[in-house]
Amino acid sequence: MSENVWILGIHMTPFGKHADKDVLDLASEAALAAMKDANVTMKDIQILGYGNLMGGTQGQSLQKQIGQTGIPVFNVSNACATGATALRAAIMAIKAGEADYGLAVGVEKLSGAGLLTGNTAGALPENWTPKGRQGAIMPLDGRIGTTGMAGLFAQIGLAYNDSDPRADFELFARIAEKSHSHSTLNPNAAYQNKMTLEQIMNDPMISYPHTRSMCSANCDGAAAAVLVSETKLRTLPLEQQRRAVKVSASIIATDPWTDGNQELADVNTVTRNASRDAYEQAGIGPEDLDLVELHDCFAAAELVHYDNLGLCAPGNAIDFFNTGATWRDGKMPVNVSGGLQSKGHPIAATGIANVWEVATHLRGEAGPRQIEGAKVGLAHVIGLGSTAGVHILEKSGL
Amino acid sequence: MSIPIVDYLVLEPQPHLVAQECTACKAKVFGRHNACPACFNEGFDEYVVPTTGVLKTFTIVQFAAKGIPVPYATGIVNCGGMDVAANITGVDPSPEVITRGLEVQLTTFPLGKDASGVEAIGFGFEPV
Repeated sequence: MSENVWILGIHMTPFGKHADKDVLDLASEAALAAMKDANVTMKDIQILGYGNLMGGTQGQSLQKQIGQTGIPVFNVSNACATGATALRAAIMAIKAGEADYGLAVGVEKLSGAGLLTGNTAGALPENWTPKGRQGAIMPLDGRIGTTGMAGLFAQIGLAYNDSDPRADFELFARIAEKSHSHSTLNPNAAYQNKMTLEQIMNDPMISYPHTRSMCSANCDGAAAAVLVSETKLRTLPLEQQRRAVKVSASIIATDPWTDGNQELADVNTVTRNASRDAYEQAGIGPEDLDLVELHDCFAAAELVHYDNLGLCAPGNAIDFFNTGATWRDGKMPVNVSGGLQSKGHPIAATGIANVWEVATHLRGEAGPRQIEGAKVGLAHVIGLGSTAGVHILEKSGL
Repeated sequence: MSIPIVDYLVLEPQPHLVAQECTACKAKVFGRHNACPACFNEGFDEYVVPTTGVLKTFTIVQFAAKGIPVPYATGIVNCGGMDVAANITGVDPSPEVITRGLEVQLTTFPLGKDASGVEAIGFGFEPV
């Protein structure tokens, strides 16, 4: 049997604009607070998983700010699944028996970055010369399809359940309405203002059917977690053991071949595979979950992941949402943090921030947005390319 | 003189798309591949993609790279079982016109000449 792994300390900085802090300030803030929460220092940490997708810093850069101890660092880059992958690296080291304590950190500074893909105009060459694996003579974005994420996820959402015509603009806007309502209770969210359906639908269109407020918000932020082996945890004070959160499943999966997935990313199969493996590893099913934080990078993505994560009967995500199940007072609260659309999406931080949100509810420390009595939760991310990360967390039974 | 925007667009005798089809499992992909992503076999045959299809899904892009006229519609066209990413052309790019299930056909159009006068040819799909 490999070691069970627990979260001993975890922290998320407020998401939003941090004009006075650089990437390493934010990473340090999250890492130091997570270690304080765990009552450890860098002296105890034996492995660091680090992600900073857009900022170019390494875990070694962070170590130079908070403690250079010579431990191995795994610098990871997995698009929007970067944070979850850093977490997975630390968890794997503990499971393998190579470390008792691990630290995972994800950080990004993106305020004012605008659209992150599909907005870079490639200059036209003087002479047409076929290049690359498709013999392209000019940049293809906008000429053959779009690389813009709002447009990619729009296509994914409109294709839901054999292109069910009920998956439409208004349905996706109502999902965003839930996000912007939930975020009013989250003091760490980048956008905490409630938005009406009308405001959301009349916002500037980015890529139909996604208006601006149906897209994840670029912002600054960091999150960090201290992981511990169960063997070590059992030597710690009872109060620490009670607050520790069990990592019942930790899965990273990539997209397997499916017909057409090199034309449009298939985020469905990869999420289905990751959640299937996670439920099996945890020995629990979706019916046992008290809350879910899923990767709602765009409103349409949330719909397909209700189904992909098994939160509803297959093909039933639209009816499931329409029952109100995924609102915070519903039977399966989803994204009570506000989700990426309003909490914000500092890319590499997201995969640990989602885990922080779930863990904070399991500890009963989520304040006004607490889901009462939460014992089991799931955190999911998608990185285009594609990668799915699923972590299932359980409250301590002590 | 003209040249296709990508080498999987073949202009003669009539414009059509050519995919790589795995000789073992028949998986189809566009562009050069080292081995089959489905079964790892290293052999491919050329597969002529039907020039008509059905629009499975789409988006209408309002914010795009400079030099790309907006709004434009783009989506996934299923051509006889193979999915093709392409822009939807020849119609108003609005959700009233562009709908899932729309029957479309391949079309080509000029994209401009280079310094030596060679015309670049793009492709899209337009309603039948």
